[in-house]
Amino acid sequence: MSVLTVSGLAKSFGGVQALRDVNFTLAAGEILAMIGPNGAGKSTCFNCINGQLRPDLGSVTFAGHELIGLPPRRIWRLGVGRTFQITATFGSMTVAENVQMALISHHRRTRAPWTLATRLHREEALALLDAVGMRDQAERRCSVLAYGDLKRVELAVALAHGPRMLLMDEPTAGMAPKERIALMALTAGIVHDRGISVLFTEHDMDVVFANADRIIVLNRGELIAEGTPAAVRDNPMVQEIYLGAGSMFGAAAAGAHA
Amino acid sequence: MGFYVVQFLTGLASAASLFLVASGLTIIFGVTRVVNFAHGSFYMLGAFIAYSLVKTLPLGPTGFWVGVVLAALAVGVIGVVMEVTILRRIYQAPELFQLVATFGVVMVAKDAALLFWGPEDRLGPRAPGLNKAIELFGSRVPEYDLVVIALGFVVLGLLWLLFNRTRWGAVVRAATQDREMLSALGINQKLLFTAVFFLGSVLAGLGGALQLPRASVSHQMDLSIIATVFVVVVLGGMGSIPGAFLAAVIISELSAFGILIFPKITLVLMFLVMVVVLVARPFGILGKPVPDVGEPVQSDETLTRLPSALGWAGYVAVVALLLAIPMLLSEFYLVLWTQVFIFALFAASLHFIMGGGGMVSFGHAAYFGLGGYGCAMLLVRAGLPMEATLLLAPVVAAAGAALFGYFCVRLSGVYMAMLSLAFAQIVWSVVFQWSDVTGGEDGVNRVWPSPWAKDRVVFYYLTLTLAAVGIFTLWRLLFAPFGYTLRAGRDSPMRAESIGIDIRFHRWLAFIISGAAAGVAGSLLALAKGFVGPTWVDIPRSIDALMMVLIGGVQTLVGPILGALTFVILEDRLSAFDYWRSAFGLIIILICVLMPKGIVGSGRALIGRLGLGGGGER
Amino acid sequence: MGPAREAGVKVRREDYMSQSKRLVGMVAASAIMIGAAGAALAADPIKIGEINSYTALADFTQPYRKGWQMAVNEINAKGGVIGRPLEVIARDDAGKPENAVSIAEELVTKDKVDILAGTYFSHIGVAVTNFSKEKKKLFIATEPMSDDITWAQGHNYTFRLRASTHIQSAMLAEEAAKTKAKRWAIVSPNYKFGQDAVAAFKRVLKEKRPDVEFVVEQWPALGKIDAGATVQALAQAKPDGIFNALFSRDLTAFVREADLRGLLTKDLVVAGLLTGEPEYLEPLGAEAPQGWIVTGYPWYAITDPKHKKFIDDYQAKYKETPKMGSLIGYVSIQAIAAMIQKAGSVDQDKLIVAMKGLTFDSVAGPVTFRDIDHQSTLGAWVGKTAVKDGKPIMVDWRYTQGPQYSIPDEEIKKLRGKE
Repeated sequence: MSVLTVSGLAKSFGGVQALRDVNFTLAAGEILAMIGPNGAGKSTCFNCINGQLRPDLGSVTFAGHELIGLPPRRIWRLGVGRTFQITATFGSMTVAENVQMALISHHRRTRAPWTLATRLHREEALALLDAVGMRDQAERRCSVLAYGDLKRVELAVALAHGPRMLLMDEPTAGMAPKERIALMALTAGIVHDRGISVLFTEHDMDVVFANADRIIVLNRGELIAEGTPAAVRDNPMVQEIYLGAGSMFGAAAAGAHA
Repeated sequence: MGFYVVQFLTGLASAASLFLVASGLTIIFGVTRVVNFAHGSFYMLGAFIAYSLVKTLPLGPTGFWVGVVLAALAVGVIGVVMEVTILRRIYQAPELFQLVATFGVVMVAKDAALLFWGPEDRLGPRAPGLNKAIELFGSRVPEYDLVVIALGFVVLGLLWLLFNRTRWGAVVRAATQDREMLSALGINQKLLFTAVFFLGSVLAGLGGALQLPRASVSHQMDLSIIATVFVVVVLGGMGSIPGAFLAAVIISELSAFGILIFPKITLVLMFLVMVVVLVARPFGILGKPVPDVGEPVQSDETLTRLPSALGWAGYVAVVALLLAIPMLLSEFYLVLWTQVFIFALFAASLHFIMGGGGMVSFGHAAYFGLGGYGCAMLLVRAGLPMEATLLLAPVVAAAGAALFGYFCVRLSGVYMAMLSLAFAQIVWSVVFQWSDVTGGEDGVNRVWPSPWAKDRVVFYYLTLTLAAVGIFTLWRLLFAPFGYTLRAGRDSPMRAESIGIDIRFHRWLAFIISGAAAGVAGSLLALAKGFVGPTWVDIPRSIDALMMVLIGGVQTLVGPILGALTFVILEDRLSAFDYWRSAFGLIIILICVLMPKGIVGSGRALIGRLGLGGGGER
Repeated sequence: MGPAREAGVKVRREDYMSQSKRLVGMVAASAIMIGAAGAALAADPIKIGEINSYTALADFTQPYRKGWQMAVNEINAKGGVIGRPLEVIARDDAGKPENAVSIAEELVTKDKVDILAGTYFSHIGVAVTNFSKEKKKLFIATEPMSDDITWAQGHNYTFRLRASTHIQSAMLAEEAAKTKAKRWAIVSPNYKFGQDAVAAFKRVLKEKRPDVEFVVEQWPALGKIDAGATVQALAQAKPDGIFNALFSRDLTAFVREADLRGLLTKDLVVAGLLTGEPEYLEPLGAEAPQGWIVTGYPWYAITDPKHKKFIDDYQAKYKETPKMGSLIGYVSIQAIAAMIQKAGSVDQDKLIVAMKGLTFDSVAGPVTFRDIDHQSTLGAWVGKTAVKDGKPIMVDWRYTQGPQYSIPDEEIKKLRGKE
């Protein structure tokens, strides 16, 4: 049974067709990777799903709800968590408060005028931080954290409202290779435990092939391949785009202008 | 028909002189992002200097025009002095500090003019050779007006050539778009900024000097022009020279023809047009969104925690001391401290949205004034008792904040600030010109407290109670989920949205709450003085609030209170001097230059640097 | 402030006192003054808190300041009043009622003044008179002309010296009624003074000449006139009479534009309130309009010996010609001194009793503070403007006392009764 169904998605920017009739689904508990060279339309596709952009055509349904036309915050309420390519946290708050903030919003208490925010949902927040291995840093300010730690905080924030699906835009961008594997392994573990579906984009093919249940490949706004990691790796069209340099990762940048 | 042509030309002549001044301001803003309040003072100084030069130089056209040009150049030099000695040191500070520093310059310039030219108005000679009018369709148009119109077009053309046909102009335009690129290109940014200030100030000085044959040179010229010039610059699009020209024409013609139909509300018309344009086109008629150079308020700084138990004990001790003041000090200090409380509440209300929400209001006086006028109207005109008006006045202010805030929270940074200023000016022009209802310039009198609260001691306690409750509530809100939500929106709008927060809505609520608190302060001041007038809503009042918050420190809780205290006490101590404004202005400039985090913030930073405190984790 | 600033800027340039010394200002300087007057004045000074627009409307208020300083010096040199010297604590309100009220409060609570006095602009006068009523502090409104001060908002604690808006406008209306002009235009600053003046002018002119009509009104904001457009708008209506209540910088800008744009034709009748006062007429120099019916102060033509002596003394002391403000400033102190003399103390109630109906001999002739509305009978000079030897003057003038231009007593009682 699919959680997310994307059908006929199309978007153009001033005559440039960024997305063209994109269709795919995401099953419950599945980890789906979206790959493609730079400029393939991954970000556009992602932003159409999370509400940042409105596509010209097509539909995105999540658990029976049409997402097109909803602002990001409404999509979040339906049970969609997000992490960003460049981490976005609340720099003036502690790690725990960042998670508490998401919990406050989840429990619809953002307008509460009197209770002290730091005392709200604290146990729940600490449990989440425990899950991502950040509990010992709960009282540090986000503005002083290492980048890898920020990524974990983001993950905890994204998990706060018990989402059914996570949208992760290049979750390991900007991290050292070792950390990348560790973060994605952590993520995979958590989502499998909780039965959360994940759609993520990624440049690091090691990360992709290690964690994805299924892969879709975009090129010039079109979905050109879809299947298990093994199937995608063997797909000649994918190889044509990515190969050349031998390694899929190294070829990614060159392929953008091919 | 002929009449309308002549009226159009009259409007065009005003437009030309307005454009000269506005083009200077828009160039300065476009490149340096400094909202230069001193621009009006430069205009005034241009007129005074030209007056002295024209009186000294030989009579005749040569003497006159040489005088005008020299005056403009002299003002250019003054602008350079301000840029090099003050602004250059604080380009790294939040934008608002530069604004406040230029406001300090306004005060210094005012006293300098008093010192050199005396307090009396000065009427200069008419322009030699241009002291007649020519006949046009049966009406007469002064020759000088035509010359000024021509000059306006000439300056527009020259500026266009400068910016579009010279390398320097290309560099300046590049700087308007992207500051970083300048250093990449190996251009000396310091020199460029100084040159831009020179050019902008020359234009202000020229505009002032050209007023000489038209009207007396007076000490009121500075603030009376600056509001109009802001309208022109914002309406045209900040940084856009053709925009400034277009806006100057619109505003001037609106006034020229407006007085035929609505002779009493010309100012309201002007600001109404500004608001309508800004709501539809936040970046002005010909403006493009400029990239924010940085947040108007440094958001990497953080609000401190709510005070600890020890801290609360400290506050309780302070309040206890304040409660004892009537027993310790003379009556006059009651009056003074009453004012401190009122302004502390006002500053805290602005701090609530600035510090908590990262929203800058240049027009917070609007809500202070709505509270004050609301109180006065209900008390004097509707005859309600004071107790009822104290409850209802904040509602009036909150209603205004709800209306204006609805539009303001859709923008950010300097555009939000400018829209809020425009709204405040609407309120100002309405109370200033709708004299049948608001008393206009005369204000509303007899706004006295109920008999039980008339006594200065009782009123002191009343004010202390309301201010303390108000400030405590605002603080509490800042640390409640609501305040955290605001801060979330300030720190990372994208993240806030993606955890389900409707940022605009929360900002709007914050704006309303802040407006209500400002309204309480405004109504208390009305009751303290028994009077409300347009000064409740004017630009200096909004700037006062900004200064209190910034002087104290935006990212601290007690900052605004200490800011208000400093402000009121300084004003009281200094106003016995002859040249107290300049002393006040200098102190403000010094604080801006030396303590860019405000008194509390800089004090804390100093403690942190000395390794005395633990909180400075960065 | 105070005498440290004496004679405005001219003196200040030679004055090398440090700012901190200036802070002591009034107190120090008056101490010197008292010292000079001798040991007889060792008694506590009588404090007068003087609030005025010394920087916002210096043209009038600086001569005014010189006027009261001269009177204070003279009185103190003669031993003061009831054996005590007068001390004037002068403060600048910057033309803002809010400031004026704050200063009044400070003067009362901090400086403990016995009497409040001054204010130039009408709306500031009204604000301070309301303060005086509320705080039960005597206020001598020396310059502000608003009718409300003595009528609609009149009360026990305020007395006014200068001839009111109504009185001066009525004088002009009387003269205007004698002309042929029927189609009248109005140009007036949009605040209390202007509104009162226009209402009074219209009322009196209509009474005397039911056939006149008012064809256009222009109400520029005080100090913010858009002169060219305003003149053009007036000219458009082709009036044959204009009532002008503009003064100071609004007036100069208006006159220049009106002249250039041909509004001021030969046949046009112009009634100009205050235009004949030297502070507003002199800056115009040879450009001053001629033949306007104005109220003002033709000091150059005064022959009454007592008044002449004041004018001569003033010129000798300050090396400049007197203005209307000089006279008002001087007579203010004369009035206050006379009041205290009659009361024999500075007890507020006694002062009020003394002031009601007080008649004193001012340099401009005997003046009475009327019991009915606390308005003094100090009159005004009505005449026509002319230019002689390149200097603007008033000609064909006459001096008239105020009361006959007032409204009926019954009406006054009704107005004051409301308060």
